[in-house]
Amino acid sequence: MRRQNAITGGLFIGLTAFSAILIIAVIIILLVVIINGGKGTFSWEFLTAFPEDGMMKGGIFPAIYGTVLLVLIMSIAAVPFGAITAVYLTEYARENSIIAQSIRFAVRTLATVPSIIFGLFGLGFFIKFVGTGMDDVFLGGQLKWGQPNILWASFTMALLTLPVVIVSVEEAIRAVPRELREASLALGATKWETIKRIVIPGSRSGIMTGTILAVSRGAGEVAPILFTGAAYYLATLPTSLSDQFMNLGYHIYIMATQSANVDESLSIQFATTMVLLLLTFTLNLAAVIIRSRLRRKAR
Amino acid sequence: MKEPIEKTGFVFSRESLKKRFRLSEFLAEKIITGVAFLSITIIVLIFFFVFKESLPIFASTKKDAAKIENVQQQEQYGGDTNVATNALGQEQYGLEPSGPVNASGQEQYGVIEADSLMMDHQVMVEDNRDHGSEKATVKSLLGKKWLPVSDNPRYGLIPLFVGTLKITLIAMLFAAPIAILAALFSAAFAPYWLREIIKPAIELLAGFPSVVIGFFALMVMASFFQDIFGYDGRLNAFVGGVAMALAAIPIIFTITEDALTAVPRTYTEASLALGASRWQTALFVTLPAATPGIFAAILLGIGRVFGETMIALMATGNAALTSVNPFESVRTLAATIGAEMAEVVFGDTHYNVLFLIGSLLFIFTFSLNALAEFYVKGKLVKRFQGKQS
Amino acid sequence: MKDIKIKTRDLTLYYGANMALNSISLDIPEKEVTAFIGPSGCGKSTFLRTLNRMNDLIDSVRITGEVLVDSVNIYDKQIDVVNLRKKVGMVFQKSNPFAKSIFENVAYGPRINGINKKSDLEGIVESSLQKAFIWEEVKDRLHDSAMGLSGGQQQRMCIARTLAVEPEIILMDEPASALDPISTAKIEELIFELKKDYTIVIVTHNMQQAARVSDLTAFFYLGELIEFGKTRKIFTTPDKKHTEEYITGRFG
Repeated sequence: MRRQNAITGGLFIGLTAFSAILIIAVIIILLVVIINGGKGTFSWEFLTAFPEDGMMKGGIFPAIYGTVLLVLIMSIAAVPFGAITAVYLTEYARENSIIAQSIRFAVRTLATVPSIIFGLFGLGFFIKFVGTGMDDVFLGGQLKWGQPNILWASFTMALLTLPVVIVSVEEAIRAVPRELREASLALGATKWETIKRIVIPGSRSGIMTGTILAVSRGAGEVAPILFTGAAYYLATLPTSLSDQFMNLGYHIYIMATQSANVDESLSIQFATTMVLLLLTFTLNLAAVIIRSRLRRKAR
Repeated sequence: MKEPIEKTGFVFSRESLKKRFRLSEFLAEKIITGVAFLSITIIVLIFFFVFKESLPIFASTKKDAAKIENVQQQEQYGGDTNVATNALGQEQYGLEPSGPVNASGQEQYGVIEADSLMMDHQVMVEDNRDHGSEKATVKSLLGKKWLPVSDNPRYGLIPLFVGTLKITLIAMLFAAPIAILAALFSAAFAPYWLREIIKPAIELLAGFPSVVIGFFALMVMASFFQDIFGYDGRLNAFVGGVAMALAAIPIIFTITEDALTAVPRTYTEASLALGASRWQTALFVTLPAATPGIFAAILLGIGRVFGETMIALMATGNAALTSVNPFESVRTLAATIGAEMAEVVFGDTHYNVLFLIGSLLFIFTFSLNALAEFYVKGKLVKRFQGKQS
Repeated sequence: MKDIKIKTRDLTLYYGANMALNSISLDIPEKEVTAFIGPSGCGKSTFLRTLNRMNDLIDSVRITGEVLVDSVNIYDKQIDVVNLRKKVGMVFQKSNPFAKSIFENVAYGPRINGINKKSDLEGIVESSLQKAFIWEEVKDRLHDSAMGLSGGQQQRMCIARTLAVEPEIILMDEPASALDPISTAKIEELIFELKKDYTIVIVTHNMQQAARVSDLTAFFYLGELIEFGKTRKIFTTPDKKHTEEYITGRFG
């Protein structure tokens, strides 16, 4: 009986271990396969050159440039709003008040809304409502903002990454010891002075983690920009906020599913995927490291 | 000792203690509070705008709605003088699902010409559209055919629902057991150092862009599974489902792990003290105690798969079929939006139907989240706190 | 008899539904050291924190009664809590330096009050550090992080930081409880010096410390003020049996 028990136990523990190892193995396989497929084409030229021959040759510079621009504008929009929301939740809202709970619920909902819905919203709200409205009011109906462009795509992406920022910053603010707030207040500082001088500087690493995670997420998401600004191919780099842009993820999607000859450009596809994967992987790894350090400090 | 430096003129009195109005303080609080409501505003706006664009389907008999639709319609074709012809032959402008994405998006929008020209044709167009769109939409929403781009467009959502459910089921069949078992391993059996590897690794998996997973599924997994199972279509529900499982695993794992580690130590210690072994404790005490959390994890995993777009677009084959065979191609709700929205005509019935699909997706994931949030959390709190204190 | 600086009248405090302080009335004289003693959980720290309204930070706290500082009721609706705290400073149990340089720590309060001129700040920082008996130890590394100081130095720097705001009253919440005997002695010596200029209220669980540094002692037990009087009297001939039992170490 006891022996049988031990065998069942061993099998069970083995099964759980197998599951964990399976996940890790898939992660490794994915990384290895993508890097293996891409490393032959990957080079400095690949990163810095424009596509050639209907994207069958050449580099992916415009896609990298567009992606960087996208996450930059997105961060400018998402990080301040996210950080301020986190400040409200931790410093101003009464814990468990209806307002705080509603905001938390909204944030969590925002985090679970499918990314394609953000794309629809970007189209319906930013492009059709705000953009067309701007055109009507400022340009007398001339079409400029009422169409997909990098600004609307970045804003759409900012909405998607807002919860990421909020959650990270909130965690960091909570890790700022209460004693420091008390010390500041006891010295006659007001609440806002305390937040400005003690709380926010004390949660810099959290704001950084949040930004990194948001950038990583924004760099990898494609669904929200499918119809809010990403373009298949552009001969020139975007120079204005009302221009469309190329994007790494979108590039992969288009090349892999809709290009004239998928097989011929396969190595470019792998290399592009490798670039995107390594980019997000590095960013996430950095965030994981900063955060684990932060957690250790909080403990 | 030095003399204290001169007082700054502050005298401790009734007067100096009088409440002062501090503008910066006031503004900071108002602005911060205002910004904090942004998240709620966004949710409301998303619901409003996504739903708004799908409304014409339900209101297509009303003149107002039809008018809006037509004005939008005309903007599309504004460059063309022959509006009537365009409206009639509208299907021509739709896209083949597999057609190339238009390069600049420019021509879709056309250029709006003199308004008077538009007005001339308005009435005629209205009549044409009114009958056409109603027939094509409301009737066939529950139909079994999704043929948005044809002479006789049909917008039956059934195949899309079937496809989405099939994918979700396949994905969860893989993701749920693997993620839960792995979480149990990490929470109950793994030594500390191993746990410190598993958790960040899976966090990193959560950070993989879905387009990368989609690409991996399309290029690698599809061929791999075809070699094993020997079916015909490279891309099908099975490949898509397994790929989606990769996206769902980190969510399920993380929440399950949290729920497992939140089980009070007293539970497990009591069990161990009664002579149960470690695995028995994990399986019969820890796991059941964490069921509400695991349930929440599965719900959120379902939500993730249900709304996943890029993997579905790239790995499922995208044919709107209603079969139960897992090795046949499917088209999910989210993928349909992703594939067709970029090329659809603004304000067209097809456009409205895609927004309707979006509304349905939103309502569904919102409900899943709300369910996970309120029901499950309430249960967990009751279970742990009710028994303890 | 010196003037009365702080007067409380029927001060009662609730945490949610639990009464933590029951109708406390006592008078704290100016420029003397008043010690609060009692077993942990007796409400002495809570009471101390009502004197500069630090309990306001806790949502569930409800207070009735009056606290008069210089005859002004600080729980009046018209009172500006921020200005109140500038005049009623506080030193905490655990030293809590900001993650800034020593200079910036001490200059924090003056900066908040709008003093930004470097020479002014330098003067305030130096005199505050001198008053806290730590100037000689840190004058060569004012711009190093305050985190690098020892626990006792940190605590004296925190006192200097409080002094820089020029308070009239200093509340000390077990300021030496986390320190070694030598640092504790330094803090006690400091308290003795400071009472020439400041009214000091100190919470301590160390009865020898109360006996050494204070002029008056209040004994709290279970949220009630049991006895209040001259320290010498409390420690030699207490009126209440409870007080005697606590002081002789029979409970606590």
